[in-house]
Amino acid sequence: MSDTPSYGFDTLQIHAGAKPDPATGARQVPIYQTTAYVFRDAEHAAALFNLQEVGYIYSRLTNPTVSALQERVAALEGGVGAVGCSSGHAAQIMALFPLMQPGNNVVASNRLYGGTVTQLSNTIKRFGWSAKLADTEDLAAFEALIDNDTRAIFCESIANPGGYVTDIPALAAIANRHKIPLIVDNTSATPYLCRPIEQGAHIVVHSTTKYLTGNGTVTGGIVVDSGNFDWTASGKHPSLTEPEPAYHGLKFHETFGPLAFTFHGIAIGLRDLGMTMAPNTAFQTMLGIETLSLRMERHVQNAVKVATWLENDPRVDVVTYAGLPSSPYNARAKQLYPKGAGALFTFGVKGGYEACVKLVDAVEIFSHVANLGDTRSLIIHSASTTHRQLSPEQQEAAGAGPNVVRLSIGIEDADDLIRDLDQALAKATS
Amino acid sequence: MAKPSSKGVRTSSALRLTVEVISPMQTYSDPYLKTILTRTRTIAIVGVSANPVRPSYYVARYLALKGFEIVPVNPGLAGQTLFNRTVYAALDDIPKDQQIDMVDIFRRSDAAGPIVDEAIEHLLPQGLQTIWMQIGVINDDAADKARAAGLDVVMNHCPKIEYQRLFGELRMGGFNTGMISSKRDPS
Repeated sequence: MSDTPSYGFDTLQIHAGAKPDPATGARQVPIYQTTAYVFRDAEHAAALFNLQEVGYIYSRLTNPTVSALQERVAALEGGVGAVGCSSGHAAQIMALFPLMQPGNNVVASNRLYGGTVTQLSNTIKRFGWSAKLADTEDLAAFEALIDNDTRAIFCESIANPGGYVTDIPALAAIANRHKIPLIVDNTSATPYLCRPIEQGAHIVVHSTTKYLTGNGTVTGGIVVDSGNFDWTASGKHPSLTEPEPAYHGLKFHETFGPLAFTFHGIAIGLRDLGMTMAPNTAFQTMLGIETLSLRMERHVQNAVKVATWLENDPRVDVVTYAGLPSSPYNARAKQLYPKGAGALFTFGVKGGYEACVKLVDAVEIFSHVANLGDTRSLIIHSASTTHRQLSPEQQEAAGAGPNVVRLSIGIEDADDLIRDLDQALAKATS
Repeated sequence: MAKPSSKGVRTSSALRLTVEVISPMQTYSDPYLKTILTRTRTIAIVGVSANPVRPSYYVARYLALKGFEIVPVNPGLAGQTLFNRTVYAALDDIPKDQQIDMVDIFRRSDAAGPIVDEAIEHLLPQGLQTIWMQIGVINDDAADKARAAGLDVVMNHCPKIEYQRLFGELRMGGFNTGMISSKRDPS
């Protein structure tokens, strides 16, 4: 008798969560476009509402198409379960919500997507939460920000826009010392290039809009739980350890063990915050994930070619790509991101801000959009767009200063991408 | 019968991977767990609570809903009725004509020893095949004794979670079941 096989990434990205449809035998996951589900009988309904049985009640909470995506991403990340939601920003709130009470704070890397810096620095204050951002290159100073009210550490694996590669094991060690979970936004790396849970992270969030979907059609987010955080160790996470009044005093950690965080995400998070992923979004995202490993290989190959060409061009000041031997983070990238340092980076144009703006207007294959992780190559001047709400100091810290342009390298022919940048640089620096 | 892969065989199931991280000695193959949960009809649940939000009540009620026959055991509730069944004070008090396929233990790890001794002493003629200890309940000496008596042992797992995982229910919640198949479920 054999033990359960352990499946490879390429198999999981196609099959995890997606058995043939039990009702019809449909091989592709159907889009279950329904709001509600008929109960077998009153006892079944009661068991579902009491969380005694897992099943479908109402699509704000669970939906078969969304569930298939959730299982697939959980499998690819090596987590126990996942909760889909309406965007990457929703995923971040959904990840923090079970951890934070009014007065609590999150300590975060300062190299983050500008929208996340704004969400953490400003918007979450309205919940009574706060954030402290610092450079994770100075681990001692970063750790010193943690106080008795800190409930989580937050970082991006490969940071947007600068392509900085975070030392996840080092942050996980800090998190473990303080008995708080490490949340990693793995959007820019995807589980193909980085599996944060294997490196010690406790929770992973994604904007599924980006590489996971890959085709630029739908916005979505997801929260993956490792199941390996002991919520009872510190008394810091009462939402998961104390009786829940809305479920007759049930304690999530006690009743659901390693599945507590995910059950909480469905039963409290989606139920009461309502940031639900639409079934069509889950479907489009799964279509994308079926080819994730193939696309990421090409994204990385192209990024290396384009970054290397840019670095050797006299019109270019600096290229931040951690996949280049010249990067101060190249050794870390090789160690922690051995399949590649992603396909997102910035570069500076001689001529500064004016040249950057001209360059963005002059490209013909690169698309000037506020998105990343598309099959199409994308370009944007972060300081005036994605990181616009930040102060000049925050922009510099995030790697989004006024003199750099961000590229998200797609899967077109690298030579065409280089030719496009060549002609645009000529116009920008003439 | 598959042996429990107690030396830490890595499987694709993240749910069990988690348990492996916490306690590397309690990893069991999916076929092993599936065999136990498929052949079992009657479960004596030791330490069952009458409080509906306690995990022991939750698990017992769930398993009863799934068609398992539940025999509740708890000295503090002896003589009362739970899940339409009389609660017994001890395993020894269960009538001798009652089939018991599995004993599920909701007690501290050190309390599991005497319970397993009692199960081996009294329940083998009643069909006992499996000793199951819940998440957090780990007693290697008791497990060794049970195996020596010919019983299968599962420690530090929940039969509700494993049943939900192995038979597809957890899939509905977006959990990583580790189950992959191109086969259609029999209708």
